[in-house]
Amino acid sequence: MIYRETGQFKTSYRRDQAIFPIAQDRWFVVAALGVAFVVVPLVANEYWLQAVLIPWLVFSIAAIGLNLLTGYAGQLSLGTGGFMAVGAYAVYKLTTAFPELNVIVVFLLAGLFAAGVGILFGLPSLRIKGLYLAVATLAAQFFLIWLFNRVPWFFNYNPSGTITMPPRTFLGVMVTGPEATATVRYLVALSFVVVFALLAKNLVRTNIGRTWMAIRDMDVAAEIIGIRPLTTKLSAFAVSSFYCGLAGALVFSLYLGSVETLAFDITVSFEVLFMIIIGGLGSILGSILGAGFIVLVPIFLTNVPRLFGIEVPVDLAKEVEAMVFGGLIVFFLIVEPLGLARLWQIAKEKLRRWPFPY
Amino acid sequence: MSQGEAILQVQEVSLSFGAVQALIDVSVDVYAGELLAIIGPNGAGKTSLLNVISGVYRPQRGRIVFMGKERPRHTRPYEVARQGIARTFQNVALFKGMTVLENLMTGRALHMRRGLFSQALYWGWALREEEEHRAYVEKIIDFLEIEAIRKTPVGRLPYGLQKRVELGRALAAEPKLLLLDEPMAGMNVEEKEDMCRFILDTREEFGITCVLIEHDMGVVMDISDRVVVLDYGRKIAEGSPEEVRTNQDVIDAYLGVVHEEG
Ligand SMILES: Nc1ncnc2c1ncn2[C@@H]1O[C@H](COP(=O)(O)OP(=O)(O)O)[C@@H](O)[C@H]1O
Ligand SMILES: [Mg+2]
Repeated sequence: MIYRETGQFKTSYRRDQAIFPIAQDRWFVVAALGVAFVVVPLVANEYWLQAVLIPWLVFSIAAIGLNLLTGYAGQLSLGTGGFMAVGAYAVYKLTTAFPELNVIVVFLLAGLFAAGVGILFGLPSLRIKGLYLAVATLAAQFFLIWLFNRVPWFFNYNPSGTITMPPRTFLGVMVTGPEATATVRYLVALSFVVVFALLAKNLVRTNIGRTWMAIRDMDVAAEIIGIRPLTTKLSAFAVSSFYCGLAGALVFSLYLGSVETLAFDITVSFEVLFMIIIGGLGSILGSILGAGFIVLVPIFLTNVPRLFGIEVPVDLAKEVEAMVFGGLIVFFLIVEPLGLARLWQIAKEKLRRWPFPY
Repeated sequence: MSQGEAILQVQEVSLSFGAVQALIDVSVDVYAGELLAIIGPNGAGKTSLLNVISGVYRPQRGRIVFMGKERPRHTRPYEVARQGIARTFQNVALFKGMTVLENLMTGRALHMRRGLFSQALYWGWALREEEEHRAYVEKIIDFLEIEAIRKTPVGRLPYGLQKRVELGRALAAEPKLLLLDEPMAGMNVEEKEDMCRFILDTREEFGITCVLIEHDMGVVMDISDRVVVLDYGRKIAEGSPEEVRTNQDVIDAYLGVVHEEG
């Protein structure tokens, strides 16, 4: 298959504005979806689904969420873990309080709760920027985790302080709880990623996304051309927190099954931030690539030495991991601030010109 | 040039930053359809005046009347834009991370009404809205002859083209009044000629009233209907280009003659 855009005339603005204006891209996406929905469930084993693919998928949604806020709207947030926790605890409270409620509806409601909380903690962004805003969101992170630890109502007065996802079915299939197979949970997570990645892509290529980017690139000019900072910033916080809340809901119910607040502590906020830095700020695809990268690196680091018969102690592996992450972050910040998404784009450019080297 | 109704009235505006008096008791009327030039030495208060008009600075004293309505003091810049005042900036203020097309589309944001959900679905109303606005933006792209750079990120464009794109973004808002802050600064002769042509054609095609800050006196004399001269925050002259050029105060201001106070 030759990757070319010649001969594909864009006959209307609608065609020109399509997400994948080039036919080969469309085929690639269809093929990738086919592999993800059909081939993977057939060939992947429990380990791959549970340890790699499901976390990759659920964290992709969090990364998209943070990227909408930080990469597109330019508002740095360190509260991702806190907003994810809101999603997780909302799912727990809703499923236990209203057992009849459809589990998919519960996930979406959890996202809406997080959106509300996000708007609240986004209010300081109207006054403060950059590092100061990051500190304010950090306060949100600590406050929310503290709240879920300290107020027993959130974990139904359970003495262990752990919340556990009750079993729930969707269309007659068990999707949560110990009975739900990894394949089913994978497929549910995958569906959420596909749908919400598409919705995010639509947002960033229409008016709302442009107003976010305008605020990011030059907020004074944005306001002078008629963009209202209040609604623009708060909508970014709302949508972003919705995604983070949804991701937290899925981390809890599809990936871990039972969690404490530790699952959403400050390190998670940083991990998701690393995902979007490595994947590419201002890129939906990059968010997904970055999430995959951060999930895979530790697995890679523990398994590769083992292949060579070297047994690395767990704590040493952790240290190496931290060093590798640190190095990569510095690399991407300095050498390729647009991240993996940009590298992917460069590869495509090369392919488009191939075999002519100009 | 028939002096019809004043579309904008700046009345006795004073603005200071601490001890710095940027504008002192300045009154300027802008008439519908005219091209008014504001000139004056560096630091005279020209940009400050535009900033007052577009709501960035709130003057300590004075009134702004736009289209017959006095503007409340707390009016925010985005509200001013929505009333029909667009502008460009002395230092290009494009959205660097976006393409030319996206910058111009953002210029139309103030006309877009579709909500979050329909935009997320990219369906129905949102899709139609996007296409309608795209069609308008394409007209401006044709008008400014920037078809070839539509999809180029603005950061990669040479300075002269960036200024042109910025004009396009302002035009995309379909303003009634357009404020241009030194649109030709830093341009070579050829680029200046292009920009002059675009500014003049803007009036012809879109019927927009224009306020222009410009340093190049040749340009000012060529294209403006009227000229207002600022010096040290005060309006020192006003009139046709010819009148202003022969005004002794203006000549002194430009030659840097120290005035006797009093
Ligand atoms: N935001 C500001 N803060 C303090 N002083 C300012 C500010 N903006 C303008 N000034 C001062 O006001 C005066 C007029 O500036 P400006 O309007 O930019 O002049 P011009 O555009 O005519 O060159 C200058 O003395 C300038 O230093
Ligand atoms: Mg100036």
